[in-house]
Amino acid sequence: MTEEKRVRRLLQGNEAIVYGALAARCRFFAGYPITPASEIAEQLSVRLPAVNGTFIQMEDEIASIGAVIGASLAGVKAMTATSGPGFSLMQENLGFACAAEVPCVIVNVMRGGPSTGLPTSPAQGDVQMARWGTHGDHPIIVLAVSSVLDSFTITVKAFNLSERYRVPVLVLSDEVVAHTRESVELPLNSEVKVVDRIAPGMPPDWYKPYQEDARGVPPMAAFGDGYRHHVTGLVHDQDGFPTQNPQEVEKFHHRLSMKITKGLDDIQLTRKFYMEDAEFFVIAYGSVARSALRAVEEARRAGIRAGLVQLITLFPFPRRTLTPYLQQCHSVLVPELNLGQISREVQRINQGLCTVVKQNRVDGKLITPQEIYSRLVKLSAGPAG
Amino acid sequence: MPPSIQALTHIYFRHNKKFPHVWCPGCGNGIVMGALLRAITRLELEKDEVVLASGIGCSGRMPTYLDFNTLHTTHGRALTFATGIKLANPALNVVAIMGDGDATAIGGNHLIHAARRNLNLTAIIINNSIYGMTGGQYSPTTPFGSTTTTSVYGHIEHAFSIAELAVTAGASFVARSTVYHAALADQLIEQAMLKPGFAVVEIISNCHVQYGRRNQIGNAIDMLNLFKEQAVTVKKAATMDSEELREKITIGVLADRDLPISTNEYKRIREQARADQGKKSI
Ligand code: SF4
Repeated sequence: MTEEKRVRRLLQGNEAIVYGALAARCRFFAGYPITPASEIAEQLSVRLPAVNGTFIQMEDEIASIGAVIGASLAGVKAMTATSGPGFSLMQENLGFACAAEVPCVIVNVMRGGPSTGLPTSPAQGDVQMARWGTHGDHPIIVLAVSSVLDSFTITVKAFNLSERYRVPVLVLSDEVVAHTRESVELPLNSEVKVVDRIAPGMPPDWYKPYQEDARGVPPMAAFGDGYRHHVTGLVHDQDGFPTQNPQEVEKFHHRLSMKITKGLDDIQLTRKFYMEDAEFFVIAYGSVARSALRAVEEARRAGIRAGLVQLITLFPFPRRTLTPYLQQCHSVLVPELNLGQISREVQRINQGLCTVVKQNRVDGKLITPQEIYSRLVKLSAGPAG
Repeated sequence: MPPSIQALTHIYFRHNKKFPHVWCPGCGNGIVMGALLRAITRLELEKDEVVLASGIGCSGRMPTYLDFNTLHTTHGRALTFATGIKLANPALNVVAIMGDGDATAIGGNHLIHAARRNLNLTAIIINNSIYGMTGGQYSPTTPFGSTTTTSVYGHIEHAFSIAELAVTAGASFVARSTVYHAALADQLIEQAMLKPGFAVVEIISNCHVQYGRRNQIGNAIDMLNLFKEQAVTVKKAATMDSEELREKITIGVLADRDLPISTNEYKRIREQARADQGKKSI
């Protein structure tokens, strides 16, 4: 056997998601074609069967996520990929996965919206929908990718978080990241850290599928492995059966939230650039973070003390990371390809600490480094700038 | 001697968990549940080998009471979840239990595509011509002219024939019974579960509380008697014209055909993909 060698590959973001999913040992994909996410389905239809996995093209997006949840309940790591309109359709069963605590990964390659919107233009308009699209209070994890390499590593991370916390994890990409080709050297499969869900260790008769424990994440049995249990989207007790008992209902909601809160340090991922002595900074994510980094570097060259915090985890919103910087700096710029969906979160946690400045573009075009740079120059003139 | 219903309840019910059940006294859902359990007993399946997936509505509660791997999904989506389970673990016997609104309104698209796709799944559709749990609104199988809470002036749409829809959509096996014909129902479920490929069993059931009462048919017994009168076998139906069949319920096996099953076909794809990957790294 020849030794596995790392190779440089010229990949687009969508392809890197496929590599990431396979490295994370995803073995099931159900989806419905949609621009600009289709390459993910196409490539997995070729590659999954070779690793004993399964690909299926369903009749619509509702069916796709239904099949993903079914596969996950049968013990297989499963994902789907879509874009805005398809993501809207998935919201119903996304809520089911939250309530029944079924691990799964959903990639949304964002395009312009609302409705059919701008199918082949980049946008970041689905950020709040990713957090709150399905009804009711529920925890969820939303990650954003900004490059081809990210598309690989964050997809792996998404599976790992999903399995560790038994929660659906959403990966937001955008049309630019999805279709830009970059040369990347991916780690070998043996180098990738893969997390698997915790199987029950007790005898089947003792198994309570939703029992509270210190971590708040109960072990998960698969259908067919001897731990017969009931799974429902209704509010359920620790045995998994529907309940309307106020105490049990409250416990259900609190445990769902608590398991995420307990894992915040593990879940909230950010990257920091030039933040040590920054006087003001940029908060950006997705393809915009790349323009922002370039702009901040330009600003530094011009002697301006700017910094960047790139958000990888959008939700739960990384308040703990950002608050010290909001205290340290006099202003923060939040460029986004929407009318202000994350700047809203920044304003929410800012509480008057510094000045929050929005920079938005919704014309289907990128925010360029130059645009961000010129805003930084203005900001460097001080709070009044 | 087939085991008595009492013996079956001892074996299969989740006694200490979720009883009493939510169904009205006399509801046909209980008869269907009995039929399913008798079929499973005769098939000698282990509890761990069976997955029951349901949608939403009165029928959707059935899996809750039974000691198998059970799943209560979103409205209309039981077949989509079942599809994922079956593909991920083809060794499991997956049965989807749906109501008429569940399977043919919100889930209509999933039903026809599941039939076309032909996975080795069994769908039991309990058809009581009404939305029972939400208070008696009309469903896709409510007969023309009927009174429901959303058609108090008489229903002006035409009903689906679920079994015929499944035949046309390409299911491998399609059969129909009524809850009056309980023994037939469990034979048909058994046949459906044995049949390789997608199998549909439609069981005409009584919702005397929401449908029978409003349409002056009477109580549960009256509805069962009506089903008895209306039923004609497939064989008999073949000798009748459409006018004679208008008020009748055709019972028995409507379609039984051998078609390639997609899980088996997928094995071929896996071999092909492995062979291709051996040749070049994709
Ligand atoms: S409402 Fe109708 S279908 Fe529902 S349990 Fe009562 S009788 Fe049965």
